[in-house]
Amino acid sequence: MAAKLGAELGVEFEAAIGRYMTVEIQGRANRIYFETAGQGIPLVCLHTAGADATQYRHLLNDAEITRNYQVIAFDLPWHGKSLPPVGYHLEDYNLTTDLYLDTVMAVCQALKLEQPVIMGCSMGGRIVLQLALSRGAELGAVIGLEGADHQEPWYDTEWLHRPDVHGGEISAALVSGLVAPQSPDEFRWETLWGYLQGGPGVFKGDLHFYRVDSDYRDRVGDIDTNQCPVYLMTGEYDFSCTPEDTLRTAARIDGAQATIMEGLGHFPMCEDPAQFRRYILPVLDQIRGKT
Amino acid sequence: MAPNTDILHSIAAAVNNDAAMVHRGRYVDLNFLLSIGSDSHFLTISQGRIAAITLGGGLMRPWRFAIHITPEAWKKFRQPLPRPGYHDLFAMCKLGEARIEGEIHALMANLRYFKELLAHGR
Repeated sequence: MAAKLGAELGVEFEAAIGRYMTVEIQGRANRIYFETAGQGIPLVCLHTAGADATQYRHLLNDAEITRNYQVIAFDLPWHGKSLPPVGYHLEDYNLTTDLYLDTVMAVCQALKLEQPVIMGCSMGGRIVLQLALSRGAELGAVIGLEGADHQEPWYDTEWLHRPDVHGGEISAALVSGLVAPQSPDEFRWETLWGYLQGGPGVFKGDLHFYRVDSDYRDRVGDIDTNQCPVYLMTGEYDFSCTPEDTLRTAARIDGAQATIMEGLGHFPMCEDPAQFRRYILPVLDQIRGKT
Repeated sequence: MAPNTDILHSIAAAVNNDAAMVHRGRYVDLNFLLSIGSDSHFLTISQGRIAAITLGGGLMRPWRFAIHITPEAWKKFRQPLPRPGYHDLFAMCKLGEARIEGEIHALMANLRYFKELLAHGR
C-alpha cells in the first residue's frame, strides 16, 4: 500500500513505518512512538541514553535483516517522539533499572511479541543484561552493543542540565569523542543530532540509571545463556564502555559471546552503518540458527 | 621557541581562517593554558580568534582553565587517524594522559569549539 502510494507520488518511501500507541508503565499512561519493518523474529532495538530510535534507521531499512526479522525500534518516554508522562513538568526524570525493564517489557507485551530478541546500545546494552537475568525465559536472545555490567564515569553529569550551559550542545560535544574518528562525517553528525535535540535533563536522567542504579557486577554470573543467549559487541574506540569492560563482563557470563568491532565507537549502528553491518549480520544469522 | 610553538601557530592560523570556527567561538574571550609536558603556552582567545600565543608556564599570568597533556599523548592525538584512547581529550583524561583544571565553565559551555581547536588540521 505504502510502496504503491510512493510510486504514484514519484517518491521512494522507506520500508520502515512509524506508529504511536499508549502503554501503561508503572501505573502511568505513556504515549510511545515506534518504527517497524520486516517479518519474522521480533528484534526490539533500544537506543542510547539521551537519544532516540532514529539510531536504528539503517537496520529498519536493511532488506537482508528484515527478510527474517521484524525490527521494532521505539523511543523511550521523554525521548524522540514519545511524550513524557502527564505531570512531567513537576518532576525530575530519573531512569531506574525497574522503570527501564518495565518499559521494555510493556512495549513487548503491548505488541504481543513472542520470544523477542532485545538489542540495546550503551545503557540499552546494560539493561539487556538485567533482562537476560530476570526475564530470560521470555526472550529469544539479547545483544548488548557497547554494553557491560559496570563502567567508570568520565565526567560530572551536573554539566548536562543547568541554565548557564546549553544541554544539547554540551551533551553532543561530550559524546562526540565516542564516535570513531574514521566514521563518515554524515553519520557522525546525524548521530550527534540526537543529542543536540534532547529534552532538558533527559540525558542526565538516563545516566541516573547508567551511573547510579545499574551496577550488575554481582549478578551477571547468574545469567543462563542456555535459556537466553547473550552477545556483547563493542567498538574499539569506545572509551566510555571500553572493550575491556565488555570482555570482563563476557568472561563472567558462562556462554556469552563477545566481539570487539574495529573502526567503530560507542554508536555502531548509526555512526558507520556499513561497518556495523559486517558484525551484526553474522550474529543475527547465528541467533536464527543459520550458522 | 619551544617544541610545540610552531604547531600551535599553525593551528591558530587555520582556526582564524575558518569562519565557522570563529563563529562558534564568538562568545569566547579568555586565556587558557595548554601544557604539553613542560612546554607551556598561553592561548588568548578573542571572540573566537586565537589572538595571541605566549610561551612560558613560569609567567605569573592568569588563566581561566588549563589543559595538561603528556608529549607522547599529544603526538598520538595529532595523528590523522589517532589510535583508540588518543582520539579525544576526554579519552586521554580517562587514560591519565591528560588533565583539565581551573574554572572549566567556559570550556564546558563551548566544548565543541575547544575540542575542535585542539584537533584542528590533524
